[in-house]
Amino acid sequence: MMGPLLVSIYVFVLAAFLGFELITKVPPTLHTPLMSGANALSGITVLGALSLVTVADPSVGVVLGTLALVLATINVVGGFLVTDRMLSRFGGGGDR
Amino acid sequence: MTGDLIALAALASIALFVVGLKRLSKIRTARSGNLLIASGMLLAVVITLVEQGLVDYRWIAGGLAVGAVVGVLIVVRAKATQMPEIVARFNGFGGAASALVALALFWLEVVEAGADDPAAVVLGMASAITVSLSILIGVTTFTGSILAELKLRGTVKGQPRIPLRGILLTLLLAGGLAAGLGGLFALADPLTASALVAGLVAASLVAGVVLVLPIGGADMPVVISLLNSLSGLAAAATGFALENNLLIIAGTMVGAAGLILTQIMCRAMNRSLANVIVGGYGGDATGG
Repeated sequence: MMGPLLVSIYVFVLAAFLGFELITKVPPTLHTPLMSGANALSGITVLGALSLVTVADPSVGVVLGTLALVLATINVVGGFLVTDRMLSRFGGGGDR
Repeated sequence: MTGDLIALAALASIALFVVGLKRLSKIRTARSGNLLIASGMLLAVVITLVEQGLVDYRWIAGGLAVGAVVGVLIVVRAKATQMPEIVARFNGFGGAASALVALALFWLEVVEAGADDPAAVVLGMASAITVSLSILIGVTTFTGSILAELKLRGTVKGQPRIPLRGILLTLLLAGGLAAGLGGLFALADPLTASALVAGLVAASLVAGVVLVLPIGGADMPVVISLLNSLSGLAAAATGFALENNLLIIAGTMVGAAGLILTQIMCRAMNRSLANVIVGGYGGDATGG
């Protein structure tokens, strides 16, 4: 059996190959929306913040974690919303 | 048994990310792709909450509510022409969030726990290394992205030359990392250790500015794409520090896909990435 760290390294390398292969040809109109959607996905760090602020009493660590949670949530919610807003204008003609 | 179910649900959310990203890169399926990634993210958040079971939800509920409201407000109030600026800002927030998670982990487990050992002993060596990397990459992404937003908007104009920029950048990144690693590996005293970690934060703050300042406003979309790739890597580093494979997978996918997209964008302008990063070209942003 592999230790957890080794499993994580396997996962990291395979995810890198997957990310490289996933994006091949992208039409120029999609450059910004794709960047925006991928950016919202990098807000996945919200999960890390969620796992840290599980106690009631405030402390410096909890405040740092909550600040992370707020910023990551802005990244996720705003990110997907702004991507959808960009893409919704595609049908209506005109560039970007 | 519940553990297995949670792991399977996490796999489902990863599948949504993969299919979503693929669809997002084709015009006809782009909007549904974005929706798939978003639902994968919602699933991932629900999984995390279920996995934690009964905890105190006050901070979680407050943080999620404030973040969601602010995120919606920023998008609703933005003009259509401001979209790339908004993406830059969100990207900066994402990078800062990854760094803050790493900082909070260090603070909660080492400083507030009153540990008598260096962080590398308390957290484990791999976590200590990735905490430093997450802070370095996340904070650099933060200031770099905010500066990119200001340049896109035209608030910061021009592309001032910074003498010996390459050397300066290397010194900031290597010096910051050395300070952070030194604090986490060598020092058992939490106060001195956190002073060195603060040094890492400070060096990274400056590094983001040094990286972006000399690059012209018209080149900002490429820079934001590169910074987006970096914020993915920051999330992946945070994933290593927390031993969370969902973070590692999603973050690494963004890191790799973002790098490819950056190259595609450079090629569309007949430029190399190195040529863009060196700076001094492009002039100010004019909606390009």
